[in-house]
Amino acid sequence: MKISKESVHDKQGYRLHILPSKKYKTVSIVAKLKAPLQREGITERALLPHVLQKATSSHPNVRALQSALENLYGTGFSSDGTKKGENHVLSFRMEVVNEAYLNDHEPILEKAMQIFSDVLFDPKVEQGGFDETIVNREKQTLEQKIKSIKDDRMSYANMRLIDHMCDNEPYALHVHGYLEDFEKINAKSLYEYYKAMINRDLLDLYIIGDVDEAEIEKLADKYFSRSASANNDAHQESLASEKREINEVIEREDVNQGKLHIGYRTNIKFGDDDYFALQVFNGIFGGFPSSKLFMNVREKHSLAYYAASRFESHKGLLLVFSGVDPKDYEQAKSIIIEQMEAMKSGDFTSDQVSESSEQVVNQLQETMDHANGLIEVLYHQTLSGVSIPAKEIIENVRKVKKEDVVKVANKIELDTIYFLTSQKGGEE
Amino acid sequence: MEELVYKQLNESVFQETMENGLKVFLLSKPEMAKTYGIFTTNYGSIDQTFTPIGKNEKVTVPEGIAHFLEHKLFEKEDRDVFQDFTKLGASANAFTSFTKTAYLFSATSQIEKNVDTLLDFVQDPYFSKESVDKEKGIIAQEIRMYDDQPDWRSFFGTIQSMYEKHPVKVDIAGTVDSIQEITKDDLYTCYETFYHPSNMVLFVAGNIQPEEMMEQIRSNQAKKDFKEMPEIERFYPEESPSVAKSEDSIKMPVTTAKTMVGVKEDVSSLNGEELLRAELLSGMILDFYFSRSGEFYEELYKDDLIDDSFQFETELDRQFGFTILGGDTRKPDELAERVKKMLHSLREKRISEEDFTRMKRKKIGQFMRALNSLEFIANQFTHYHTLGVDLFNVLPVIESLTTEDADQYVEHWIKEDRISVFKVLPQE
Repeated sequence: MKISKESVHDKQGYRLHILPSKKYKTVSIVAKLKAPLQREGITERALLPHVLQKATSSHPNVRALQSALENLYGTGFSSDGTKKGENHVLSFRMEVVNEAYLNDHEPILEKAMQIFSDVLFDPKVEQGGFDETIVNREKQTLEQKIKSIKDDRMSYANMRLIDHMCDNEPYALHVHGYLEDFEKINAKSLYEYYKAMINRDLLDLYIIGDVDEAEIEKLADKYFSRSASANNDAHQESLASEKREINEVIEREDVNQGKLHIGYRTNIKFGDDDYFALQVFNGIFGGFPSSKLFMNVREKHSLAYYAASRFESHKGLLLVFSGVDPKDYEQAKSIIIEQMEAMKSGDFTSDQVSESSEQVVNQLQETMDHANGLIEVLYHQTLSGVSIPAKEIIENVRKVKKEDVVKVANKIELDTIYFLTSQKGGEE
Repeated sequence: MEELVYKQLNESVFQETMENGLKVFLLSKPEMAKTYGIFTTNYGSIDQTFTPIGKNEKVTVPEGIAHFLEHKLFEKEDRDVFQDFTKLGASANAFTSFTKTAYLFSATSQIEKNVDTLLDFVQDPYFSKESVDKEKGIIAQEIRMYDDQPDWRSFFGTIQSMYEKHPVKVDIAGTVDSIQEITKDDLYTCYETFYHPSNMVLFVAGNIQPEEMMEQIRSNQAKKDFKEMPEIERFYPEESPSVAKSEDSIKMPVTTAKTMVGVKEDVSSLNGEELLRAELLSGMILDFYFSRSGEFYEELYKDDLIDDSFQFETELDRQFGFTILGGDTRKPDELAERVKKMLHSLREKRISEEDFTRMKRKKIGQFMRALNSLEFIANQFTHYHTLGVDLFNVLPVIESLTTEDADQYVEHWIKEDRISVFKVLPQE
């Protein structure tokens, strides 16, 4: 197992994670800002990364900022906001070519870090607010994005399933924000929000690549510092939901293919003892093309092109998704539910258990070959406060027995069945 | 076995042509946990009319057959090949493009067995009437899924507005009707003609020992018999250099309209490095004007004609080529007019030395970043190889480009009769 060693340093107002690794021709820098997921401020948080990435005080417009990144050998810079359980994480990611591979060995890493730091801590400000033109334009863009979520049927169906399933929980909040908030957000109010959050959020900074640890630490000290921040972790635990009747929801749109999405509660989270067995469970149930869902919904009954499942580790959800003809709704639904019953009653072999374990191990090792994948794996651990070396994770996955998987299956509860179907329907 | 060394990039590729004509390339990256293998035939959706091996008359096969064949190679008389890879802890997949069909796996253990499994399953077809009929339902759902995706519809709609007769205008998966005509005999005819080793390339990249791996592949191939293969005769209709329709649109249940502007490229005279230079130059020129640092992007963005979804790409391949620019818009007609005007104005504009250097640096950086991915290396190397280009030669070619090359390129790039506009409009 070749995994780079992570060293963690407590810095002024943030945690610095350095991972020297010879796998890459680039250096990746990722900043993660975490806060509890809540309705208040969520639209501001959706808007902020877009506004911050448009202008800094030294590069006061998009073209200047983008040109500067292009000159640094096309340094990539992007940002996004995601839910991790009941927490909201803003990620800023930069990827810089390692100077060692350039003809002129130009020192571009330091310049790139300067820009990274400017975007986070030194945005363009005028009259006590962000640039008004930028904020207004970004509001328009976000509005457009919110309105067109519907056009991507798979993510729309997924969002609707969560809306129904978690309707009284923070997890149902939309990370892209809400149109009704737009009126009260302006260049000044957004800047006020920014000033508070940039010191309040928990900040983790990851740097990974073929780098010298001491030099990187020096650069980080030079460009990253939050003197006004205690870097407190306001972690929001997700509470167990109340038991309730199985919820079945059918919604209609102009679609050719129906989207069948089913939500289960696993009652298992990252860090729990049976988390490893849950991973193996998912492999047999719907995680891989050899799984029960794929083999039965697709191969045996030819009802779908895709039928799969994935789980959310911090919230404890298992989500099944498949695209089927509107008329095949009942059949597809009962096949999926039967597969879960089969898992609960142990209708699979110990060979399948060990094959699934190996697939989970393979997937983990492949993920850790990618800089961003490795950072995600490590951040997961940071979030849950459970630190397990990769070697130990792999050992634990390989130790999973058939009875552990059956036990996990019996913890899983069906919550919501959601079907996005055509106007005329035809579901039987 | 020959070793090609690329010093600046610190990479080397081992290559050998097997006795049966199969081209093999190996790239060793011992720092990675993963190994990725891809087995590609130079056969895709556009190869619909050809002279089958051992015959004198040309035939035309149903639309979507290359993709259908890709699905069916995974099914054997007694098993599904996905299970074989699962047992080896690997994950497998495949894809079909206009000009290629590729089968791939990735794994972190049992690499030798996985390579043999990949070669053996692709080189041992089993098609039956029952399994062909069963697949029709699955592929029909795959087609329906794409029918609901506005991005796919706008991409294909643009190609269809540019091409009148050439089969590039046919959807890669075919239509729900066309796939009904496919028989097991059709599959065998295509298979025997296009899956001859002399029409195929194997690339394995990752945690491997090149000498041992090459020996293993040699002995795997030596065990199999293939008929002598003459050059495959493929036929394509005569296609006018002008676009089929200068304007077209469809209505879909979308919230936001899309406008795409297509440029039909002339690839008839381009070979090897010329094709690469054309691809790089058009990419750099489009990047200069239409990426976020560009003046055209800025104008369009400020006037609320585009948002983050705005994209552009140039695809040049054997037989066809196109450039497509566009994205979501509130003003579909105005965006079309403005982009067309901008494209026409390119000839009067010049890129300065300084700006051109910036675009070269950006291109170099993007290329270096892409080299972190084993998938990119293997897929792109194979693609370029079939076009007579060496992937690792891209760097010196970028470095050799000058502003004169760019001026010359725009001089005869954009012509009125080569531009088409395709719109996806919301239903009332």
